Amino acid sequence: MYQELKERLLKNWDGKIEINEGKDFFEIITQSEILFTLMEFLKKEFGFNYLANLCGVDYGEKFTMVYHVCRIPENLKVCVKADIPRDNPEIDSLTCLWPAADFQEREVYDLMGIVFKGHPDLKRILLPEDFEGHPLRKDYKAV
Amino acid sequence: MIESDFITINVGPQHPSTHGGLHAETVLDGEHIVDVKVHLGYVHRSVEKIAESRTYTQFIPYNSRLDYLATHLPAMGYCQAVEKLLGVTVPERAEYIRVIMAELSRIASHMLFIGSLAIDIGATTGLIYCFRDRERIMDMFEMTSGQRLIASYMRIGGIAEDLPEEFYPAVKSFLDDLPYMLDEYNNLLTGNEILQARLKNTGILPADKAIAYGVSGPNLRASGIAYDIRKAEPYSIYERFDFDVPIGSKGDNWDRFLMRIREIEESAKIIRQALQDLPEGEIRAKVPRIIKPEKGAEVYHRIESSKGELGFYIVSDGSEKPYRLHVRAPSFINLGVLPLISRGGKLQDLIANIATLDPVLGEADR
Repeated sequence: MYQELKERLLKNWDGKIEINEGKDFFEIITQSEILFTLMEFLKKEFGFNYLANLCGVDYGEKFTMVYHVCRIPENLKVCVKADIPRDNPEIDSLTCLWPAADFQEREVYDLMGIVFKGHPDLKRILLPEDFEGHPLRKDYKAV
Repeated sequence: MIESDFITINVGPQHPSTHGGLHAETVLDGEHIVDVKVHLGYVHRSVEKIAESRTYTQFIPYNSRLDYLATHLPAMGYCQAVEKLLGVTVPERAEYIRVIMAELSRIASHMLFIGSLAIDIGATTGLIYCFRDRERIMDMFEMTSGQRLIASYMRIGGIAEDLPEEFYPAVKSFLDDLPYMLDEYNNLLTGNEILQARLKNTGILPADKAIAYGVSGPNLRASGIAYDIRKAEPYSIYERFDFDVPIGSKGDNWDRFLMRIREIEESAKIIRQALQDLPEGEIRAKVPRIIKPEKGAEVYHRIESSKGELGFYIVSDGSEKPYRLHVRAPSFINLGVLPLISRGGKLQDLIANIATLDPVLGEADR
């Protein structure tokens, strides 16, 4: 299955994505512009029906969004990563593919300040609405 | 036809049936629910930020405070994630003891589920029975770790202490009595006509929606999907045990309730097998005093907690502290489905829906 997935992915996005095998999760490193179409492809063509986890990592000059997507109950799993520039932290929302992204994207927005384009209700979820700053950013100073 | 306005009622955060600090802003048309908005964060402690300023070992106790109702499960998940980062193999005896503790935690959590569900829908007596029995598990945790509720018993590479002598008779008599406890719950609750009327055909969560919303654990299985990480992707030594994954058919509150009762039985099966095969030997692997995983190493490790898929995503920068630690909390994501299953139902069903989704807010808010 993973072999077929690899071939199809490279056929569609050769040069734009990087594939790492041999890890716990089959890893796809992609660009934020094609993230949505790639995820749509994973869902519609390969039946990845379950968005297990998503989170952001602050690497200083850039953010990386990390998605763990599975097909259940067969338990096929991929990890998709996309870099976002720090000065324009935007990426497409996946809520219309998997409603599971709703709360999780709000959490990333709240704590890391990444804007999800197309999210139906992008508001802070854990912190109060008048809170300033995004605590999980590395430059956030906790008093 | 009488026309009426919608009214908004705040269920929680200060309400006994909201299991901590859950706030459900509910829009009602008469008694029927038009919409529910879930507000979270009342017990947010920024655990993920704290992790970045603690060493890998120092962070262990914070895990027990996530899901404090199943204290050993998050700690086990975290320790295993770090062990995966380091490539440490845990001694056999420690693995068995971990499984025994994890399954006892699951039973404790499910007993609390049954008890709190009972009290939420008005059967106060049910709570007393479940708490009485859960207390015996708390006693066992106290014997092994000195702590009842938030035991930090897991260590990176194994466990803190070996089992004391008095643990064995305690767990044996508990397992012997467990069928009678379940009989009592069944007589008191499962066979109760009022409970059945309240739970059957309310809060229905169809299988496809459950998957799309990322629901996991017993709540997903209640909708008929046989997905249990202990089976699908066995961690620790779960592949050695013979147990079933119970599934429901409809995904209503009743299925979610039955799932817990049946999972208690399965957990007891695992504990019996683990006690029987428990080997002698070391309880902790040799792990450096200062833990520094390789620079750039990362891991996403997930376990089947009592609430669902509990994942730890850790990125290392080669220092003694995690560069980034993210907790995929099942309670948080399961709550996303509350509006969906509540719309169209009655206000009284909302209380049952919250109870059967079984969120623990320490984990949802982190």
